Amino acid sequence: MPKAQLFITCLGDQFYTRTLQNMTNLLERLGVELIFPNTQTCCGQPLFNNGFEDKTRAVALNFMHAFARSDAPIVGPSGSCVSMVKHHYPELFPAGTPEHALAVEIAARSFEFTEYLVNVLNVTDVGAVYPHKVTYHASCHYLREMGLKTEAKALLGAVRGLEFVQLNEEETCCGFGGAFTVTYPEVSRSMMENKVKHIVESGADTVITCEPGCLMNIAGGLHKIGSSVRAMHIIDLLAASEKEGVR
Amino acid sequence: MSGDSHAYIGFEEYTAHIPASIPSAVQQATSRFVGGRAARVAELPQFEELRQIGSDIRLHTIENLDYYLSRLETAVQAAGGRVHWAATAEDARQIVLTIAKEHNVKLAVKSKSMATEEIELNHALQAAGIEALETDLGEYIIQLAGTGPSHIIVPAVHLKKEEIAALFSEKLHINAPADPVELTRIAREILREKFLSAEMGISGANFLVAETGTLVMVTNEGNGRMCSTMPDLHVAVVGIDKVIPDWESLTVFLKLLARSATGQKLSTYTQFISGPRRSDDEFGPKEFHLVLLDNGRSEILKDPVGREVFKCIRCGACANVCPVYKNVGGFAYGWFISGPIGAIFAPQMLGTPAARELPYASTLCGACAEVCPVKIPIPTILRHLRRRVAQGDEFSPAAMPAAISAISGLASLALAQNWIYRFGTRLLPFMMSIFKRDGWIPTAPYPLSRWTKARPLPPFTAGFRQWWSDRSNSRKDTPR
Repeated sequence: MPKAQLFITCLGDQFYTRTLQNMTNLLERLGVELIFPNTQTCCGQPLFNNGFEDKTRAVALNFMHAFARSDAPIVGPSGSCVSMVKHHYPELFPAGTPEHALAVEIAARSFEFTEYLVNVLNVTDVGAVYPHKVTYHASCHYLREMGLKTEAKALLGAVRGLEFVQLNEEETCCGFGGAFTVTYPEVSRSMMENKVKHIVESGADTVITCEPGCLMNIAGGLHKIGSSVRAMHIIDLLAASEKEGVR
Repeated sequence: MSGDSHAYIGFEEYTAHIPASIPSAVQQATSRFVGGRAARVAELPQFEELRQIGSDIRLHTIENLDYYLSRLETAVQAAGGRVHWAATAEDARQIVLTIAKEHNVKLAVKSKSMATEEIELNHALQAAGIEALETDLGEYIIQLAGTGPSHIIVPAVHLKKEEIAALFSEKLHINAPADPVELTRIAREILREKFLSAEMGISGANFLVAETGTLVMVTNEGNGRMCSTMPDLHVAVVGIDKVIPDWESLTVFLKLLARSATGQKLSTYTQFISGPRRSDDEFGPKEFHLVLLDNGRSEILKDPVGREVFKCIRCGACANVCPVYKNVGGFAYGWFISGPIGAIFAPQMLGTPAARELPYASTLCGACAEVCPVKIPIPTILRHLRRRVAQGDEFSPAAMPAAISAISGLASLALAQNWIYRFGTRLLPFMMSIFKRDGWIPTAPYPLSRWTKARPLPPFTAGFRQWWSDRSNSRKDTPR
């Protein structure tokens, strides 16, 4: 029976309880035995991306210690947070130190959720049913840092009843960018409004992303203009069943 | 860092009030370039390989710049040209002014040149009583408007044809229609006269081929050729980073440049200038001067991360795909090179105190690095420069406002001591619940107020930890 450790991310922790529950249930249904290291906090990306590398190290160490208690793969519902662990943790510590060795080891067994499903468990059909018109926003770090170009679409393609519609400028940033939203709020707003405009114009009733950050931004933007389009993390769509709909 | 001190670049202040016409004009033009680029790239299966070769050649050249510059100097001199070394912007201005005075120049015609923007040559010439006229249509427009360029290759990209017509009408005292063909005709007529009477032509260069001392200019309007051939005197001002080893490397960059920039296979004019005319039977200027500009470049070349900015071949593809640039336009970057490349160029050339906001003018989305024809790792350099701003390094002291450093220190403490974080996670839903309206937080206190300015915040639920622990406990109680 495969084992995995849940990396819930700080945004998931604060805002997306339901998504994390769905993630847990989905993985368990696929036969994965889950561990939740409860001393995890945040991966430290907000500090790292804002130039405070010195202040990131302690946060990264907390993360690594939390997940070093087991050697099971680490699975998170965010390409951005997983990319931080996978690609940037090893940059934080000088080569040859025990911390660097641990960072490299942790990085090698960190996976984004859809990556874990499609490329590790080799599952694309999770039995989800969602009879709606769905469009997809490709999140930047998920797409370009993690290089996940086909995984989400493969999963969406196996959902029963789902009609996929292409989003114009699918790969253009939604304006989230972490602290960018509060550093340059007006620019972030313009970018978000462009994204929301394309979503509405797509004619879909649901927009999917694999990133809690983009989700907060896009869902908020849709709500602000009173749109009925529903923004959803891919996990919540994959958890939708015929009997219960979206949970 | 260059000799001239630069005013503080307030990206946030500028972007708080962007005229709506700018993103609309910019998006219209850049979308055309993005589409053109994609089509040209699709036609050339080896494009990815060319990018890697281009990157390797550029990196090799800037790592061995002394060698190639000395080869270049020898070759230019052998071809009959004169080489001048300018350590600073002021040196470069003085060199050009001295040449102009020696030849009693009253009118200089200029082809598009970012190096002369960098040293603000036009002001210096005008102050010395010499008229400097831009002859690239876009540059001509912004010279009339009295602004700098807002895009590397399309200086007037922020203006719509109606605005250009109004500008022509006002400045040229004519009744100009909002018709691109007619506007071009008006400019062409005025410029023809000037080409014929100018005593000096000033240009930049896209590349300098060290092997033969050849200056390469890639243009679409033909004005560059007139500037460099009609007057008896041609002065080129070029950054030392523009040198490439040989003609074989040039073939790589000519394949990459126009495709990446405008979506053309090749630009309309590609001009190779090796020295002045050799006999009276030939066309071209009697004298050719090459001013090689350092202006802080040698210092930046010492930084193994930051120096990759000098791989840049000035195509503008990064700006064309940048969602930030497309929403704010070029002026927001406060310098003559804008967009993602400007955000990593300006802080190094102007110093972090003046340009500390620019490395943050990006969501690190990575679209720029994906299209860069010479694979400049722009997001990596942005993070590198953010580190410089936040913490300082051997090239510059930190320049971050104390309040932000203090907040980051608190955040680090709370995130590293997981009991503080977990305590906060239990507290936040209660604290934030007073701001909740209809399942959202429409207005949050500072600093989240900067988020809710644009869109509401979802409510803090933070229920997973409790759910997990309840579930684990109940599973322990019920044997399965």
